Amino acid sequence: MRQRATGLLTVAAFGYAFLYLPIVSVMVYSFNDSRLVTLWGGFSLRWYRALLENEAVLSAAVLSVQIALASATVATLMGTLVGLGLHRLGRFRGRTLLTGMITAPLVMPEIITGISLLFLFISLGEWIGWPTTRGATTISIAHITFSMAYVAVIVRARLAGMDESLEDAAMDLGGRPLQVFIDVTVPTIAPAMISGWLLAFTLSLDDVVIASFVSGPGATTLPMLIFSKVKLGVTPDINALATVIILLVSAGVIAAAWIGRRTPAGGSG
Amino acid sequence: MAIEAWNDPNARPMVELRGLSKRFGDVTAVDGVDLKVFAGELFAILGASGSGKTTLLRMLAGFESPSAGQLLIDGVDMTRVPPYERPVNMMFQSYALFPHMSVAQNVAYGLKKEGVGKAEIADRVARILDQVKMGHLSGRKPAALSGGERQRVALARALVKRPKLLLLDEPLAALDRKLREHTQFELMNLQDELGITFMVVTHDQEEAMTLSSRIAVMNHGRFEQIGTPEAVYEYPGNRFVADFVGSINQLEATVNRVDADRVLLECASAGCEMEVVSDAAPAPGSDCWVAVRPEKILISKAPPETGRVAVKGVVHDLGYFGNLSIYRVELPTGHMMKVSAQNRQRSATKTLEWDDEVYLSWEVGSAVLLTD
Repeated sequence: MRQRATGLLTVAAFGYAFLYLPIVSVMVYSFNDSRLVTLWGGFSLRWYRALLENEAVLSAAVLSVQIALASATVATLMGTLVGLGLHRLGRFRGRTLLTGMITAPLVMPEIITGISLLFLFISLGEWIGWPTTRGATTISIAHITFSMAYVAVIVRARLAGMDESLEDAAMDLGGRPLQVFIDVTVPTIAPAMISGWLLAFTLSLDDVVIASFVSGPGATTLPMLIFSKVKLGVTPDINALATVIILLVSAGVIAAAWIGRRTPAGGSG
Repeated sequence: MAIEAWNDPNARPMVELRGLSKRFGDVTAVDGVDLKVFAGELFAILGASGSGKTTLLRMLAGFESPSAGQLLIDGVDMTRVPPYERPVNMMFQSYALFPHMSVAQNVAYGLKKEGVGKAEIADRVARILDQVKMGHLSGRKPAALSGGERQRVALARALVKRPKLLLLDEPLAALDRKLREHTQFELMNLQDELGITFMVVTHDQEEAMTLSSRIAVMNHGRFEQIGTPEAVYEYPGNRFVADFVGSINQLEATVNRVDADRVLLECASAGCEMEVVSDAAPAPGSDCWVAVRPEKILISKAPPETGRVAVKGVVHDLGYFGNLSIYRVELPTGHMMKVSAQNRQRSATKTLEWDDEVYLSWEVGSAVLLTD
């Protein structure tokens, strides 16, 4: 018995090491004083300082956050509407197809999403003269298209767990349809909307493939910047930058999961 | 109720259904029902799942729009009025308490939507919560309440609006047995105190029998019988009602002779002649059924006194339930009869055994003649 437990623990430890050792080493080496990435030269915060002084990094970071904020917000609104719509329409022919179609962007290779959106923007530019240039706006639109699918899926799951008679009860007590929506439906799906927003935010902050396709001159997001820098060789300030992003993203994901779990859906609990 | 309004032709109904129907595609859930429910009644709609009772309830609340017919509440046509404009409130089976609101906020919700002033809301909420003995928990969230407490809050939330009609969807279904009995009497007291007309939908005949002033037994979207609990139990109108409400023995028979209210039958199930009291005056030669409740039957080893309808049989099975014993007795024809006997004396429980030959007998007036 004891031996088996030790064996299992070893396997688990190995698995986690496999997952997290690369990340931890990046974080550790971000505090490396040495200019050489692979050589430990003592503890230092110099690369974080260098980061703060790097104009290109700072402006890319600002752009990334702006895009993430805008796309997460719009994706949450649109994804919520899609989730509500799919839930409310009830049973009809093609419902399964439509539901499946909303989840397709989740498994679609990013490179294909990127190419197709690039084509769309080029064609749109030719037909209606917009967008004339590609940049922050097109990246935001691209991020909205794939992250709203995540929001829709989360909101729909929440609605599926909601006691249908809650809305009936509110209407029975004198709430008009719009009031019922605001008083009962929105509070019920709010946790799903918040975790959806956080997820959309981190997805947008992460993305490099799609952004590379639909970006234009002058609009470089943080992941794009890192990618281009790494092509010229890994410098220790990248480690520092990576550490900051890892912390931000994991905070977002943890918050999303926490909010999703903390508040149970449904009627009387 | 002091007077039985349903027997008074001049009484004005609180709820009136006129040929009310609801179809979903080719399925007719409610099939042209007529009904009058009077102020202060505690009216039960009893039916199995799929009988249309829930659809009927949802039409009364306004969640479903009738396909045909009319629905009047207190004389006003409500057929097309949305739920939020009806003087009707509902206690849902799941209670449907808003999980993000406290008990007090839940109860205040309906008054807020009505535009009642803040001070009055606070006053009315406090009063109704006291009435259902939930005043001390007004700050709690529904998730922190027990099933019985949630039900009280749901009831308070519906009653605080002072509706003309309160709908209750399976009000006791979610409660355990001890709590059910208690709640049942509380509901009746509350209804009596407030004088609001209650309509209860239930599949549980015991719940319907004990709670209500009248019962409508529903089947396939229609009412099979409407009457007081006693009438429905003692004088079921047809085989469905007889079987659905309580337990009953049904014996197949053919009419031999009709003599005023006395009907003489040839009973195929029992293999003998039999007499029944009935006003139905069935045609001689027609098929019918004799229905006898298990508790109306006397089981004895000795032949019963004359004047009673009697058949002979053999004890096939017996079950001891403490306060009563249930016997299954096989007649010579092979027909099984269910008999229940009160265990009045301790010694009485052991007097009958398996395979004992017994007489089953009942008073002529205790059996019911059913023609369909």
